[in-house]
This record gives sequence, C-alpha cells and structure tokens, in this order.
Amino acid sequence: MKFSFASLFAGLVFGLGLIVSGMANPEKVLGFLDIAGAWDPSLAFVMGGAILVGVVAFAVARKRTLSFLGFEMKMPTSNHIDKRLILGGLMFGIGWGIAGFCPGPGLVALGAGEIKAAVFVAAMVAGMGIFEVIERSRAKA
Amino acid sequence: MIEIAWSNFTPWSALLGGILVGIAAASFLLLNGRIAGISGILGGLLAPAKGDIAWRLAFLLGLIGAPAVWVLATELPPIEIEAGYPALIIAGLLVGIGTRYGSGCTSGHGVCGLSRLSLRSLAATLSFMAAGFVTVYVIRHLLGV
Repeated sequence: MKFSFASLFAGLVFGLGLIVSGMANPEKVLGFLDIAGAWDPSLAFVMGGAILVGVVAFAVARKRTLSFLGFEMKMPTSNHIDKRLILGGLMFGIGWGIAGFCPGPGLVALGAGEIKAAVFVAAMVAGMGIFEVIERSRAKA
Repeated sequence: MIEIAWSNFTPWSALLGGILVGIAAASFLLLNGRIAGISGILGGLLAPAKGDIAWRLAFLLGLIGAPAVWVLATELPPIEIEAGYPALIIAGLLVGIGTRYGSGCTSGHGVCGLSRLSLRSLAATLSFMAAGFVTVYVIRHLLGV
C-alpha cells in the first residue's frame, strides 16, 4: 500500500514536470531533435534539471540497503553495452523522431484527452506485447 | 551552424519541469528503492508477476492523471501532434519494441541512468538521441514532410 502510494505520487509529479517543461507537447520535443532547423534547446534543460536532482538522490541511495520506506533497493546491476542495448535505443530513437513522443509524454498527452496520443500509446503497448511474444518464443527455443 | 529558435526556447520552465521530473525519480528511488523507468514500468504489466501489478498501475495512474490535476489550477499548455495516424502507429510500435529491447527510455536511461553515471545508460541515451536527430533530419530536411 505504501509502495503503491509512493508510486502514485512519483507518477503524478513526473507527469506535472513533463507538462511544466513543455515536453508533453511533441512539437516542442521535435524542435529539440531538429538541429538543422530552428533549434529549441529546451529539452536539454529538462534533462539537466532532472539529472541535477537525480545525481544527489543516487548518491544518497548508493549508501543505503533499504529505502526510506523500508523496501529493498533494487538498483540495475548490468553494465554491459551490447547489441540489444544499442539496436533497441536506435529503434526507439527512430520512433521518437517520427512522432515526437517517448513513453512518458505519450501517456501524459493521453491523459489530456488527445486521441492521437491514445493511438500512439496503443501502438506502443502493442509493440511491447510483440517484444514479450518474441522473448518468450526465444526462451522456449 | 546551429540556429537557435529563441522564440520557442523556454529555459526556465524547462529547468523547473526538469527539476520536478528529478524530484519524481528521486522520491521513487528513495521511497521505493526502484528506478523510475516508464517503459519498464508499463512493459512489466505485460508479463505480470504476483504483487507486482498494483504499484505499476498506481505510477501510470499518476502520470496519466497529471493533466486532470493540472487543470484544477490552470489551463493546460498546448499539445501539438503533427504526425498523422499511420506515422503515430509506426512510431508507437518502434518506441514500444525499441524501449523494451534496449531496456529503457528517456526516463530510465536518460534521467536515472545518467544520474547514476552509468556508462551503459549513456550508450543507450546516445543511441536514441542520435537516431532521433537523424530521423527528424531525414523527415524534415531530406523528405521535406
């Protein structure tokens, strides 16, 4: 219960941050990705602000074995840079460049009642489903 | 040379929004001990384990509910989606498969990964940023869409 409540809080603040920053608007994101046009560097400032806070949080987290609510700290253990990571990143980046949506802003724009965002999110969830099916059939083989 | 769109550039609201995103990731990490990676939180629902569903739904509810909370205070800023439906479907499929295959998106690799100084996340972030830049270049400047 505590865990879900903290999750709800984090999701809400995350979403509000995306709205304040303008990142829930795909045109603004594409303005950042369009370096050959009139470039809007705003997205870099969003990343910068988030990382500024994040660096402090991870420095604190690194010294703990339990979270402040008493849950186990589940930090990523892999530091492997492999083909999956790079190819997955490239695929994601192409999709990001086509519509200007990454997962968070897509969900926020869906919440704002945008039909086009709902279509994007539905296709994204379908893509995640395709990934699951491929992974499972591979695990069986 | 790079020409900055000063009329669109919003450094202060970007920085403020970024700090809020950072606070969200920080509270998720310090309260729950987890990485706030949105593609992972959503994708995990498609292979659900017992006791692993409610918190994911709660996080997504917060994210999707943010505009509803926002309008209690003020009007939502514009959301301009220029892409047509076929493009949105292709983009969604690529984002869905790609983020799961590469184990993360802008939040997990970009915000959290770079915050914990992970080289793996840096490599992922450079990959999707590079692909994003090239894709927009091709669409806007080579194809002229």
